[in-house]
Amino acid sequence: MAQDAAQGMTGRGFGRPGDVPGWVGYALLPLLNLLAALVLSGLVILVIGEKPLDVLALLVTEAVGYPEAIGYTLYYTTSYIFTGLAVAIAFHCGLFNIGGEGQAYLGGLGAGLVGLALTGWPWPVAALGAVAVSALFGAVWAAVPGWLQAKRGSHIVITTIMFNFIAAAIMTYLLVDVLIRPGSQSPETREFDPGVWLPAMDRALGWIGVAIPASPLNLSFLWALACCALFYLFLWRTRWGYEIRTVGRNERAAVYAGISPARNIILAMAISGALAGFVGVNEIMGVQHRILLNFTGGVGFVGIAVALMGRNHPVGIILAALLFGVLAQGGGQVSFEYPTVNRELVMVIQGLVILFAGALENLFKPRVEALFRRRDGRTAHG
Amino acid sequence: MDDALLVVLLLADATVRVATPLVLAAFAALYSERAGVVDIGLEGKMLAGAFFAAAVASSTGSPWLGLGAAVAASVALALVHGFACIIHKGNQVVSGMAINILVAGLAPTLAYAWFRQGGQTPLLPGEARLPQVHLPGVEALSGIPVLGPVYRELIDDANVLIWLTVLLVVATHWVFTRSRFGLRLRAVGENPSAVDTAGLSVTRLRYQAVVITGVLTGIAGAYLSTAHGAGFVRDMTAGKGYLALAALIFGKWRPWPTLFACLLFAFTDAVQVRLQGVPLPVVGVIPVQFIQMLPYVLTVLLLAGFVGRAVAPRASGVPYVKER
Repeated sequence: MAQDAAQGMTGRGFGRPGDVPGWVGYALLPLLNLLAALVLSGLVILVIGEKPLDVLALLVTEAVGYPEAIGYTLYYTTSYIFTGLAVAIAFHCGLFNIGGEGQAYLGGLGAGLVGLALTGWPWPVAALGAVAVSALFGAVWAAVPGWLQAKRGSHIVITTIMFNFIAAAIMTYLLVDVLIRPGSQSPETREFDPGVWLPAMDRALGWIGVAIPASPLNLSFLWALACCALFYLFLWRTRWGYEIRTVGRNERAAVYAGISPARNIILAMAISGALAGFVGVNEIMGVQHRILLNFTGGVGFVGIAVALMGRNHPVGIILAALLFGVLAQGGGQVSFEYPTVNRELVMVIQGLVILFAGALENLFKPRVEALFRRRDGRTAHG
Repeated sequence: MDDALLVVLLLADATVRVATPLVLAAFAALYSERAGVVDIGLEGKMLAGAFFAAAVASSTGSPWLGLGAAVAASVALALVHGFACIIHKGNQVVSGMAINILVAGLAPTLAYAWFRQGGQTPLLPGEARLPQVHLPGVEALSGIPVLGPVYRELIDDANVLIWLTVLLVVATHWVFTRSRFGLRLRAVGENPSAVDTAGLSVTRLRYQAVVITGVLTGIAGAYLSTAHGAGFVRDMTAGKGYLALAALIFGKWRPWPTLFACLLFAFTDAVQVRLQGVPLPVVGVIPVQFIQMLPYVLTVLLLAGFVGRAVAPRASGVPYVKER
């Protein structure tokens, strides 16, 4: 069932008269779906008694209007790129990974343990360690549901949901009973040694003489972009990537071609979990500098929207993550300015985008495609 | 002796009260999934029900109008789910997720605009909450050992929705084993093309199932905010929709085992409250979090086939396309 979503770029099947141009599938339809979601969000804003266009204008200004805001927006974007890629690689293998939240949470645990352990080490070592260990923790947390799906036939959607809850319980236990800073009341660890913090972008750019205002944006943004490139190379330029996509398209055909679905399902889930785990690098090593409760705050779920909007392609995912970064930052600021608007408005928009871009992706498709086919047909017949 | 009995009764009472919304939601999903429509949007529909029940009860003073509003809101969401999954053959899991996220944002947003109290409704006074059913003869029976306390603590003064839930369980058993409608629902979840060939509308049957799901999740939400609680607070479902889904799977998509699973999950919750900080023989103090994660771990183990086998309705999650 996830295959339908995974094959978002259809539009040119065999035996269909009159090809529909590719950009209809990956640009026009997503934009139409986004527009529909925004119109409905506007209605919600109307209902609660504000002017939608004013709110939108403020939202955009507060998200990209000045350098500091852009820093915040890109910081949110970083996490969304990681979870978007995570959901997307699972989609390419025909799997629906709802467990990004739990995987990101455990990734944060991994990154945090490195931060706690490497006091006194230079930050590049800590950064590499955090990347490796957060990937490992996230990968394990996703590979288990993957293994259960591949070998035991349990449904990945359900197991990843359950793993989210189990992860939350484990983290609460660890933070309340084990890792808590001695003598502290709030469930969080001690702050890491400043020497191992992942440098913020303003500091990093300061080294090469570029001055930007301070914001939570940190070096993991560059790692997110690198992951996008690696994601593309892996999925479309390596044999392993090809195998994963084959399993996602048609499991039976993959078996006939000598490709093991089980192996690829586990591999795809492990990579998916590793990518989600990198949220921990951005949040824990880059911004919070301690492990704390609920630092993920729904990024795993936003990843679903990002992957659906971005058509499971890294370029699309960067653009979609940027969009959701703008929503997160701008939406948060709007709630300060408008007394009737609160942060949750962003979730309304996210939900509507998932609804229209994912579940209702066929709403406009037949009509729009028919429009293009008819035009093609007319020109062909002269 | 009497103290031990009282502890057991209080545990049982807490179990029933926690289990009620789970049973309502799990049975809601039972209708939908037996008809072949996967529903992970229980959480969102319950939350919408909880909000509208409390909001309308608070504004009008009538819990019954609140219940009606909860059902209406939840059915509306169920129809959106149906529109996406049945008509447009959309991805059912994505649709359910979208509804969950949408409502998680919408409920506090509307609550804030409506009541200006930080995303929650005002505390409901007693008359704006769904009443408890007071049974006769409590005094007369209280002298009798065992029966008296059981009657007083467990059965008397149960909320009206608890009784409704009891009725629902019995009725659901009857619907799925005896009624023509129930048998057709089951068929459409196993083999929709056969149902289609028999001249019945798959679309219509699935829509009916989805609407029943909406009604029941609406009642479950109303129970949370106007019967068990006294008002809507942000994220008040707190994963109960997913827990209900876990119970449905644990019950292997059958009414009685699902009821049992709900009671079991609710019991772990009731025990967990009592066990906080109490050392047990052999194992010592169990951290609360481990008891809380028990239902989820059990479900994973069950799905993995380590504790029996849970087989979903064959056509669940698959949109029906004529002439495939």
